[in-house]
Amino acid sequence: MEFLSTFDIITTTLVQLWPTWLALVILVAASFAFQNQLGLYGRLFDSGVGIVGVLIVAFWIFTAIFADIIAPFDPLDQIVVMKNKLPGAIEPGSGEAFLFGGDKLARDVFSRVVYGSQIVLIIAPAATIFALMVGISLGLPAGYYGGKTDTILSFLANLVLAFPVILLFYLLVTPGITETPIPYAMAGLFFLFPIVFFVTLFYSRYKKRAEVLWIQLAITLTLGGWIYAGLVFDADPLGIISIDPNELNIFVAVVFATSPAVFRIVRGLVMDIKTRDYIAAAQTRGETPWYIMLWEILPNARGPLIVDACLRIGYTTILLGTLGYFGLGMAPESPDWGTAIKEGSRLLRLYVHPALFPAAALMSFVLGLNLLADSLREESMKD
Amino acid sequence: MFTFFLKRLGVMALTMLCLTIVVFSLVNLDPNLRKLSISQTNMRATDVEIESWLVNNGYRDPFIERYGSWLGVWPRQPNIDEKTGEAVSRFKYCDDPTVPTFSGVLQGDFGCSTKFKKKVADKLIPALQSTGWLMFWVMAVMIPSALLIGILAGMREGSRTDRSLSIISITSTATPEYVSGIFFTVIFASWLGWLNGSAATATSKGITFYNFALPVMTMAIYGMGYIARMTRASMVEVMTAQYIRTARLKGMGFYAVIIKHALRNALIAPFTVIMLQFPWLLTGVVIVEIMFRYQGFGFTLVQAAGNNDIDLLLACSLVSVVVVLVTQLISDVGYAYLNPRIRVK
Repeated sequence: MEFLSTFDIITTTLVQLWPTWLALVILVAASFAFQNQLGLYGRLFDSGVGIVGVLIVAFWIFTAIFADIIAPFDPLDQIVVMKNKLPGAIEPGSGEAFLFGGDKLARDVFSRVVYGSQIVLIIAPAATIFALMVGISLGLPAGYYGGKTDTILSFLANLVLAFPVILLFYLLVTPGITETPIPYAMAGLFFLFPIVFFVTLFYSRYKKRAEVLWIQLAITLTLGGWIYAGLVFDADPLGIISIDPNELNIFVAVVFATSPAVFRIVRGLVMDIKTRDYIAAAQTRGETPWYIMLWEILPNARGPLIVDACLRIGYTTILLGTLGYFGLGMAPESPDWGTAIKEGSRLLRLYVHPALFPAAALMSFVLGLNLLADSLREESMKD
Repeated sequence: MFTFFLKRLGVMALTMLCLTIVVFSLVNLDPNLRKLSISQTNMRATDVEIESWLVNNGYRDPFIERYGSWLGVWPRQPNIDEKTGEAVSRFKYCDDPTVPTFSGVLQGDFGCSTKFKKKVADKLIPALQSTGWLMFWVMAVMIPSALLIGILAGMREGSRTDRSLSIISITSTATPEYVSGIFFTVIFASWLGWLNGSAATATSKGITFYNFALPVMTMAIYGMGYIARMTRASMVEVMTAQYIRTARLKGMGFYAVIIKHALRNALIAPFTVIMLQFPWLLTGVVIVEIMFRYQGFGFTLVQAAGNNDIDLLLACSLVSVVVVLVTQLISDVGYAYLNPRIRVK
């Protein structure tokens, strides 16, 4: 079997990623050209840390989008002669190289890392957004009303936080649990939050302007109901949105584990902001509590929330990796990074490459997000 | 202070009660019970056999009774032998009594492990001791280095040292145990051969640098960055305070100011963070013990969860919840004690 030299591996990998580079060049050029009009995002390009963060995160986003073009092989294809081959081995059939070598089931590690980014980059941000929705919807009233609402909600949040994450996952993401209605019930509950959130958001502001309100409510309910039906009941009439029961289970468990932390942050922010003068002014005007929470407090809490969301996507990525590492939830042949690390680490003393590349991918993505969050924090503090 | 303490203890007890009920109901879900019965009967049991095994061993008794007997407020019933009609011990390998007795967590009886065929306490206590050693070394490495990095970085905000140390700590928070474990094993065990890639010998032959350095390093790295960043933030804040400037203007040396005036106040916030880091370390313990085959608490937890070993899993969750709650309490009380401006009311 022929092998590429190290130099050839690097150059071929770089060439293989051409759609990503192209998209990155366009993004960076556009960002610099319109830097002054882009607000907070534009200011990220003032610091080296910010640029690096944006570049790493954008690299993975584009790689996930163009995975079909970038990856030379199918992530599940097993080409027997390539079993455990070192990086750079050339597959005889197609003449294409296994750039990062083959794993123990003779699959192309490079293609698996590229396709794995799709799974990670869909679940982690989506779960974070849902956790934010749940955390915000419960944290706002807890912080604003205080008293009993706060006591009960905080107790529940602390209850979940007192659960060690790993134990929670072992209990919630076991294979048996998909036979019970628990994941669906939890999904049904959590996925209700965004719909309720947007309905309240529009209603509290436009309730006197029926013509605007109806359009907004109709859009929210149709879109929300469509996604809700697709995710919770797997009954999307158009057949576009569907989710594997295992992935739904993971999704729900991650939302469940992360939302109490968001709740605590939102609650703290609200308690701080509600003492400001403009809140007192809104109260004097006779605005309803939910209008004040959603249209006065929330926009003023967005800075810390954006930073936290960034960090939290990284943390969720790590959680997903942990789940994959313990073989919970994901199918064993899934190319996501956590599962790949687990599979690779079994033979680590013999073959390094099947575990090393997904590990590096996961680390770089989380690092990019952390750098981004750090520089967002610095930039927003300059205000 | 005393009523605050009592109130906290009450909330803790309530939290533990709620959490154990949740865990208890989750491990008693039907698919989990079936899994247990299949592994315990060691045969391709039919649905009828599984059901009768579950009934005979008391897994079909009402939920409240079973939870009550685990807790120790309801008598634990022995099994009834089908043929003779006599009462027999439920778990023979644990010498379970043949008469109904009040024997639960409140009486100090954590039940019987169906996976390891011994009493939960006999399995869990050695495991906790092993993990205790791991934790001790992790703390001994992590805390001093994290504090040092944080103080050096926060001493002169915006300097070159600050920037490079901040990048290092951000990188370390982006490296979960299962990633750093792989990097370190590849570098130190496979390529250089300096360290052992497995800590299995640490249990039998004692802890040495050779078999213990990798797990400790792996765990310390992930937690270190966070503590270092918190220390840095706190240090930066203190360094801008008036009294530091006064001390400098008096003509005191820079390092003397740091050691005598800044450190004392800068280390209050990291103390809380370190305490709240324990629950995170628990996840790390599980990953590291599996990765390096170290027979500690995390290893036991995974075995218990994988085999749906009800009593062992409940005991594990109780231990971890107690760890989380106690560290929270220590952090609150300690914070109030260290910071005279905040007094608990």
